[in-house]
Amino acid sequence: MSEQTLFKVTVDNITIEVPAGTTILQAARQIGGTVAPPAMCYYSKLQGSGGKCRTCLVEVSKGSEKDPRPMPKLVASCRTTVMDGMEVKNITSEKVVDARAGVVEFLLLNHPLDCPICDQAGECHLQDLSFEHGKSGTRYEFQRRTFKKHDLGKHIQLHMTRCILCYRCVFTADQLTNKREHGILDRGDHAEIATHIEKSLDNEFIGNVIDVCPVGALTDKTFRFKNRVWFLKPMDAHRDCPSCSGRVTLWNRGDEVYRVTARKDQWGEIEDTPDGKPGWICNTCRFDKKQTTDWVIEGPREISRQSVIAQGHYAGNIGTTKPTETFAAINEGRSPHLLMDIHSESEVNQPNVHLGENEGPSNGATFNNNIKNA
Amino acid sequence: MGVKLLLEKANVPGIRSYDVYRREGGYAAAEKALKEMTIESIVEEVKKSGLRGRGGAGFPAGMKWSFIAKPEGVPRHLVCNADESEPGTFKDRYLMEFLPHLLLEGLLISSFALGSNDTYIYIRGEYAWVATILEDAIEEATKNGWLGKNILGTGFDCMIHVHRGAGAYICGEETALIESLEGKRGNPRIKPPFPAIQGLWMRPTVVNNVETLAAVVPIIKMGGDEYAKIGVGRSTGTKLISACGNINKPGVYEIDMTISVEDFIYSDEYCGGIANGKKLKACIPGGSSVPILPANLLLKTAKGETRYMNYESLSDGGFATGSMMGSGGFIILDEDQCIVKNTLTLARFYRHESCGQCSPCREGTGWMEKILQKIESGKGEVSDIDLLWDIQRKIEGNTICPLGDAAAWPVAAAIRHFRDEFEWHINNRELSQTSNFGLQHYADPIHVPA
Repeated sequence: MSEQTLFKVTVDNITIEVPAGTTILQAARQIGGTVAPPAMCYYSKLQGSGGKCRTCLVEVSKGSEKDPRPMPKLVASCRTTVMDGMEVKNITSEKVVDARAGVVEFLLLNHPLDCPICDQAGECHLQDLSFEHGKSGTRYEFQRRTFKKHDLGKHIQLHMTRCILCYRCVFTADQLTNKREHGILDRGDHAEIATHIEKSLDNEFIGNVIDVCPVGALTDKTFRFKNRVWFLKPMDAHRDCPSCSGRVTLWNRGDEVYRVTARKDQWGEIEDTPDGKPGWICNTCRFDKKQTTDWVIEGPREISRQSVIAQGHYAGNIGTTKPTETFAAINEGRSPHLLMDIHSESEVNQPNVHLGENEGPSNGATFNNNIKNA
Repeated sequence: MGVKLLLEKANVPGIRSYDVYRREGGYAAAEKALKEMTIESIVEEVKKSGLRGRGGAGFPAGMKWSFIAKPEGVPRHLVCNADESEPGTFKDRYLMEFLPHLLLEGLLISSFALGSNDTYIYIRGEYAWVATILEDAIEEATKNGWLGKNILGTGFDCMIHVHRGAGAYICGEETALIESLEGKRGNPRIKPPFPAIQGLWMRPTVVNNVETLAAVVPIIKMGGDEYAKIGVGRSTGTKLISACGNINKPGVYEIDMTISVEDFIYSDEYCGGIANGKKLKACIPGGSSVPILPANLLLKTAKGETRYMNYESLSDGGFATGSMMGSGGFIILDEDQCIVKNTLTLARFYRHESCGQCSPCREGTGWMEKILQKIESGKGEVSDIDLLWDIQRKIEGNTICPLGDAAAWPVAAAIRHFRDEFEWHINNRELSQTSNFGLQHYADPIHVPA
């Protein structure tokens, strides 16, 4: 192989050298952290994916060394390849931050926000996205579009209402199975993922659509409503599988295996196996092997980025402020024994005693005394 | 009387048939091109003519042709975009219906210049009878040796295929058209790669509008330099305008782009004035997706100069005080028309036609329609106007294809120029259901929210 040409690209003032043909998104991911734009539809393991959700929009402030003109519009970083000397603004660009907040709002317009009853909650990319890049409220005041739930075969249930039409599952079926049985019907905001007509998805590798789904639209029927993901302990495990790599993550509680998924990297994508191929897993591993005895446990899995599972991800910048005043300052010199004076609200205890005047902690005797005196 | 190049013979009886078309001098340009000219010289003539794409964007056609990649051993294709679905635009239909052989001649010359042996006409499904006319014309042309193998003994093979779309507006976008032609779902592709590099079946492809390809015939006939003398500035040649709305004489007119907008609307040769003696309120000068202009900004630019019917003059002042030539769908609104209702109609159209691939357009168009419906039915709030403005701003430029922009521009322009009418609708909820705002503002029609 000949030597690869390296292009210098600067994302948010951090410069990195990447091989020619790398996309801006991949270059930014190599830098890591908040420099990497979010991606809802792009999936590096699926050819042709990306460009649709528009969450990864970035501003190219300098096209390249040869042609330093900035690009006139924001570009989808997942589908734009880098040029030598390109300068990209992601979170440092106000335009990007604004447009991205807009995209989040659009994606949430018809999303039911039923996170409390959604199996994806806790590892949902849309939750992460709206937390990191969205606004707390919505300006939408109309009815949301809804669909009925559909069973797509034995193992998968489709909640079309939650779908953000990222097309990832379509690409998965195209590229992993020999015959795609589902696709997008209709267009615009009434477009839906569907089979034609009421077919079941039963390909040996179709279970992977659950892993690629960024939201809770495609759910594992063997796991539905069994447990919340953050109560489960992810463990790396493998087995000798005749049809796939057999390298999985088990989600355990105690000794019970609740679900099996492929191993995902920090971007929520399927990890490569040691031989460099994407580690898609087969339906047998995913749906049928639910005993710890089926597996060789390797050890606990680190969840590096995903939302609730990575503890403390949502702490901090959600707009709550800690009080700065001391109690003494609030009470203006009084020193109550109870922090809240319930007597001003309740008649039950006949408030003849002012708790603030009591020495020591108030207890039952204080009030008994009070009643006796009355 | 303006110059007529395309519609010169449109009124000759029987011009639709090959015999009459040939007798009237048809296919002479094709003969000249194939026998006397080289591929390079044809492209050069088209470049010299300054012909700009007539589909809406106005990109120089010769330039587009010169971008086509020419890898060894890979077939190239020319695709004629006859998926004319923009509300208000019907010039291509007229051309194909009355002069099918003019289009075929243009296609033949262009195919020769681009080296396309299989050329496609992608026609919208609703134009079923026009597709039949084209198919008949292709049969006649093939019989007379203008299509098929070894045309005029030059060794050049060319076949033209008519492909009927299924009536989706989005398939007028060139990459969606290509997808649809390949038999897939008509979703626009993400560019790059551009069709000139990887188009139909991943082969180099040029997609041109019907009128653009038909205009190649007079260019070859008279020469690029002569063609460029017609018109003004970078708006060369003639342009078909399909005029409709509240005018006395709706129809397709060929203009030479030196005529003023005022003349075009009021002269008897063209639109013949506003119907029923009403007053002009507003105009959408280039098909439904271009910004609407109020009468005062339509007839004169913001600087007080006369506005002409050409690419530069119509877009003078940018989107703040100007509009676009677009595809030539000239829609006139008189004093009785309600801008809110008009905007709602357009928003509904774009919501219905959004392919649903990228989120801003898929969700935003539906949202805008709902808000406009709310305002129109007398339930709006003043804050809804600012919300609309914000939504259109977040759609525009953030989508894969121009449909997002096309959906955002009419809403933006309506608010920009007619904000007081929106406010009137909101503040007079009951009155607005029975009467119209009419021509109340005009003194200062430019309101640009911060």
